Amino acid sequence: MNFNKDSLKIDAGRVAEELARSVRTQIRSKLRKTGAVVGISGGLDSSVVAALCVKALGPKRVVGIMMPEEDSSPDSQKLAQDLADRLGIETVVENITPGLEGLKCYSRRDEAIRQIFPEYDSTYKNKITISTNILEDETFNFFNLTIESPGGEEKTMRMPVSAYLQIVAASNLKQRLRMTMLYYHAEKRNYAVAGTGNKDEHEQGFFVKYGDGGADLKPIAHLFKMQVFQLAEELSVGHDIIGRIPTTDTYSAGSTQEEFFFGLDFFRMDMLWYAMENKVSSAEAAAVLGLTPHQVERGYANIQRKIDATEYLRMYPLEIE
Amino acid sequence: MAQKEKIRKDIRDFITKSFLTGDENENLSDSDSFMKEGIIDSTGVLELVSFLEKQYGFAVKDDEMTPGNLDSIDNLVIFISGKLG
Repeated sequence: MNFNKDSLKIDAGRVAEELARSVRTQIRSKLRKTGAVVGISGGLDSSVVAALCVKALGPKRVVGIMMPEEDSSPDSQKLAQDLADRLGIETVVENITPGLEGLKCYSRRDEAIRQIFPEYDSTYKNKITISTNILEDETFNFFNLTIESPGGEEKTMRMPVSAYLQIVAASNLKQRLRMTMLYYHAEKRNYAVAGTGNKDEHEQGFFVKYGDGGADLKPIAHLFKMQVFQLAEELSVGHDIIGRIPTTDTYSAGSTQEEFFFGLDFFRMDMLWYAMENKVSSAEAAAVLGLTPHQVERGYANIQRKIDATEYLRMYPLEIE
Repeated sequence: MAQKEKIRKDIRDFITKSFLTGDENENLSDSDSFMKEGIIDSTGVLELVSFLEKQYGFAVKDDEMTPGNLDSIDNLVIFISGKLG
């Protein structure tokens, strides 16, 4: 095949039309619902999904739900509201901080953080990052915890397994509570919940099972992030959203998706993944991406490891056969 | 030699207890890749490293977290023996 820097280019106008048609068919005929609820965060993916739902169903049958909590960036709600205003959709703001406090999300997380950094308290910020240099070092994927003191001093340590699991389990309560709120608003209107995950998140397992992974339809789960950018331009979601660095919006110190999970910029990751899927040789991919064949092979291996390791996230509950 | 065999047994016991059922243990050879066999993921690596640090009293540095050191029983025996000097 001919692999080149334009390999991820799509005919965004045609794709948007096709996706809108699919969304309409799925919601009306398959799910037998009358509209869509979308959790909007002011990020690229949720904005594109909201715009697609509007294209499919019209603005009166789409509701945008904003669900800030105490670690959310203040920009998120404003950008989400601006988008909703441009799309002409109804919005609902659900502050989920009290609900998360009821579930002891923050105290359970902070207890685990203090196993690593005893000085940590609510005046500090925190974030989780993945080990970097994925193309340079053949290392396992593992996670570091960073805390930032009120004075701006950062400390980073690799996490022992018990603390890591507790921090992730506590933080996942955020996505699961958001899913719960989305279904409340969907069910009371007889609407469907539209999921906002893209292919990078869906297939590499960067989502919470029964959290942001819980939805009735996932209209962009087959699209690379680089293709979602093209759709965003086509659907005019706004350059303030398109130009925003994708973050988890889950950790108070502001963790980008690249440093939290993917460990690579979206262009190189998506191009490597596309090349891997299409069986492009490491030498050919390396020439196009300005890498060495060895780096390409490491990139391929890293992506494949994430896909394999997160397979259970995409499984339905297992029944005895 | 006796020390290496003790390490080999400790590692196999840990891997069996933490990641395998009895049948899989019988089929795991000392040179099998944990990653390729799907035995260990990123959480499993953290568990393995926590075990090594507790059991042998040394710190595993970030740049030592490579498949060359950690991805099979054989690799682990060499890595641990080297760390213990």
